[in-house]
Amino acid sequence: MATAKTTLPNAGPVTGSRSFLSRLRDGDEIARLVTMVFAATVVLITLLLVYELWTNSALARAKFGLHFFVTQVWDPVIDQYGALPFMYGTLVTSAVALFIAVPLGIGAAIFLAELAPPRISDTLQFFIDLLAAVPSVIYGLLGVFIIVPLVRTVIFPGLNKPLGFMPFFKGPSYGVGFLTAGIVLAIMVIPYIISVSREVLLSVPRDQREAALALGSTRWESTWKVVVPFAKTGILGSIFLALARALGETMAVTMVIGNTPTISASLFSPGDSIASVIANQFTEATGDVYLQALVELGLVLFLMTFILNGLARLLIVVTTQRGSGVPV
Amino acid sequence: MKRIALLVAGVLALGAMVWAAQSPLVINGAGASFPYPIYSKWFDEYHKKNANIQFNYQSQGSGAGIKQVTDGLVDFGATDGPMNDDQLKAFQDKRGSAILHFPTVLGAAVPTYNVPGVSGALNFTPEALAGIFLGKITKWNDPAIAGANKGVNLPANDIVVVHRSDGSGTTYIWTDYLSKVSDEWKSKVGKNTSVNWPVGLGGKGNEGVTGLIKQTPNSIGYVELIYAAQNNIPYGAVKNSSGNFVKADLAGVSGAAAGAAKEIPDDFRVSITNAPGKNAYPISSFTWLLIPQKIQDAGKREAVKGFLKWMLTDGQNYAEALSYAKLPKEIVEKEKKAINNIQ
Repeated sequence: MATAKTTLPNAGPVTGSRSFLSRLRDGDEIARLVTMVFAATVVLITLLLVYELWTNSALARAKFGLHFFVTQVWDPVIDQYGALPFMYGTLVTSAVALFIAVPLGIGAAIFLAELAPPRISDTLQFFIDLLAAVPSVIYGLLGVFIIVPLVRTVIFPGLNKPLGFMPFFKGPSYGVGFLTAGIVLAIMVIPYIISVSREVLLSVPRDQREAALALGSTRWESTWKVVVPFAKTGILGSIFLALARALGETMAVTMVIGNTPTISASLFSPGDSIASVIANQFTEATGDVYLQALVELGLVLFLMTFILNGLARLLIVVTTQRGSGVPV
Repeated sequence: MKRIALLVAGVLALGAMVWAAQSPLVINGAGASFPYPIYSKWFDEYHKKNANIQFNYQSQGSGAGIKQVTDGLVDFGATDGPMNDDQLKAFQDKRGSAILHFPTVLGAAVPTYNVPGVSGALNFTPEALAGIFLGKITKWNDPAIAGANKGVNLPANDIVVVHRSDGSGTTYIWTDYLSKVSDEWKSKVGKNTSVNWPVGLGGKGNEGVTGLIKQTPNSIGYVELIYAAQNNIPYGAVKNSSGNFVKADLAGVSGAAAGAAKEIPDDFRVSITNAPGKNAYPISSFTWLLIPQKIQDAGKREAVKGFLKWMLTDGQNYAEALSYAKLPKEIVEKEKKAINNIQ
């Protein structure tokens, strides 16, 4: 690693002896400016987004203040709005999705990267890339036609009978609800976890594996104790990518969550999410406060994504400092 | 540099002249999605007859229609629920003139359900519908439902209520009706394009509601009459203000408008749910075009007036083929007079 670093060219522009004109002629300066503008647009778009969400929710922010975060009522008739049930729904469905998708996704990635013959691995990767490109409304339909009846007739009785004493598995079940939305989201984000994790695992240097094997470890031990920890940062990254997708998913969630702003411990209860309620009500929202409350919900979702991303960064920094084998 | 600027200006001017000579007068509108199929048919037919006039309509929802016409972004709006007094005032303040409502066609909302063992059309009293949607009537064999359906074997199962999750004119009609027949609904829930539902699941669009009902045994919900008719979805009859159970059809919906015609105010902002009339279907409503009273551009003004006249006469003949109920004669005559208010 150290030797690679010394041979790296200086990333900054070469300044000093050459005149501005000659650098311009060589294209260095132009390339630098053009790419810098492109990079700056990312920041610009983010700032614009926050600015728009902030100014277009001024009325609602002034009217509800911080109560917006703790109010459960969403009533367009009397113009009272609160974000709590939607925030709850967004978090619960995403949590359920990750709970299912993380073990499945990472397991599949380990198989594809470490254990499967290359031909099978590449073929399966093709299908995974295909799955990642399927529009979310298709997953929504899959949810409506397969998972909703499955939850109502198979999963609910299966979980409710032995575990019904726990609040998470209380009935009744209509088929739609937090769990159904979570399952559909899990199916949607698994391809992301597999795809990114597989790439990360494949990029672990061969020496690492060989060293572990040479020390007498089995194939699985070298995979689980050496390769996976080495790739931990990248795998965590894939999980956060999946989380971001789950938090913001709109169409598929709307189709299976039941669209009822409730806070219930039961996973079978119908609920609602931030993205879903915005998509549902934005077009026919009459009245300024109503419209602005929806925009404020968008701001809340942005904030949630921002905070979760920040926590993710923190987690990566903390775990890598403990020395997971990944060079910082 | 000067020469280039001149050249560019010349080309632009020439282009503008050519464009102006060839392109028709474009009149932009936005609003309700419920009447979109008939509006696009009308605008298309009208353009065929008047090649120099073209209407552009974006179905973005009633809320967007009201907002955009108020902000002056479009020449006209369209809505499934009439503008309220605050919105009228906002328009007056921003644009310096009034806005006029013109009813175009009628729509209706019908109760649809999935009760195992029940195949025929069920009868619903206003009390039963309000009770079910308030969450007070929870079993299918409740006397309030069973009383109107003698001889039907209703199960003792829990009722699952399904409503629209998206803001919608259909919800406006439905909640407007429930507010009229139930004081408790009026004070607890009220009417709007979306409301704070006491019970039930939400489905997105007519298709979402229908899908949930088909999949959930013992469920009840409401959809647009057009959607139910075009997709052969069974629906129930509702008791009207004369005490008759009416299964919605286009004649019954027009009948509701005719029954309410006498009491229709000059600005046409009126709800015709629970209208009088022996055969009137009680959960019916107009859908409106929103036209500014003052249109500065004389060409646009005449085009809009011409279209409205055509829409009220020849245009109405296209309605029933697309499953919309026609305006009754009384309303057409009244609207023809109102067109003269556009200046």
